[in-house]
Amino acid sequence: MARIVGGIATSHVPAAAGAIAREQTDDPYWKPFFDAYPPARAWLAEVQPDLAIVLYNDHGLNFFLDTLPTFAVGAAPAYHNADEGWGIPVIPPFKGDPNVSWHLIERLIDEEFDLATCQEMVVDHGFTVPMQLLWPDHSHAGVSCVPVCVNALRHPLPSPRRCFKLGRALGRAVASYPDDRKVVVIGTGGLSHQLDGARAGFINPEFDRLCLDKIVDDPDDLLDLSIHDLVRLAGAQGVEFILWLAMRGALSGRVTRRHVAYHVPASNTAAGLLVLDHDP
Amino acid sequence: MTREPPIPGTVIFDGAQAMKGYALNKMCYSFNRRENRAAFLADPEAYMDRHGLDERQKQAVRDLSVPDLLAAGGGIHYLAKLTGMFGLTMQDLGARQTGMSVEAFREKLRRAGD
Repeated sequence: MARIVGGIATSHVPAAAGAIAREQTDDPYWKPFFDAYPPARAWLAEVQPDLAIVLYNDHGLNFFLDTLPTFAVGAAPAYHNADEGWGIPVIPPFKGDPNVSWHLIERLIDEEFDLATCQEMVVDHGFTVPMQLLWPDHSHAGVSCVPVCVNALRHPLPSPRRCFKLGRALGRAVASYPDDRKVVVIGTGGLSHQLDGARAGFINPEFDRLCLDKIVDDPDDLLDLSIHDLVRLAGAQGVEFILWLAMRGALSGRVTRRHVAYHVPASNTAAGLLVLDHDP
Repeated sequence: MTREPPIPGTVIFDGAQAMKGYALNKMCYSFNRRENRAAFLADPEAYMDRHGLDERQKQAVRDLSVPDLLAAGGGIHYLAKLTGMFGLTMQDLGARQTGMSVEAFREKLRRAGD
């Protein structure tokens, strides 16, 4: 039987990939950001997951506006990274688990999530930066991946509640997989940040701390937020918090916070990290 | 298309913006490929013509004006592929949109954590 051993939510700041490539993780600017991650890695070493479901958003690498799915699930044997155009180095591919992918796809569509399915899929920094932070130096050899891509780029976006429900359905789909898998669910993006417009540089630590707190024990309190509320309170790109809520939705059993970190700024972003144990 | 009250200083990248900016965003999306970046840099005017940009979009590209690029329908994640070619970081873009120096914009971000 497959079971979800826990969840991680983390920012996916692309500049962190540059800092890793340039070996600047100990620089005074970056050190407080990178220092958040060793406890998350220690937790992963303890729970030893063999599958990561990664809920993230694409930023114009695999998908363009010609065909932009709201929810898309990878069903590929491997997921390659590729040139995003502005200079973060391309890293080696990640292993897929297509049997699990198709099981999840079948169950999610059964539950009326009408997904796009991708037998080929390139993954951008929304996927790769968290993987680099959690499994440095490509040490993810024992972990297969299922990318779940959620549109957080072109409105209309799926609501916080809808994303949480997607997580719930994913949780049920994992629990019904017949073979043994230890699954970690990862949600990437956020916390507050805004890249575009005269409000660029907007950060809201008060709202971020509320979210970091509520998402552990009272996620329901966050589900009445609209996308417009999230843009207003967390910034135009702070809406990526919907990926955190999707992660949290997948954990329907008893949840215990194992690690939390918050640091401003990492590039233009308020960086958050949250590690949750899950007892199904 | 959005019925919600506007958020000051914030452009919601929605269907209306995506319609307006399609050619511009499609050109920027092409910059994921190194050979397309080289072709643009070799002859920006010809490259913009090939992608069907209108005059307003072309001028915004020539000026590398982020507010004008957004007003012309650009989505920030696509625009980053254009501005990245010129070595501009997200802090550079932030400074250009807020009328601050890059150092002042960085300081604003640092102070947000205090």
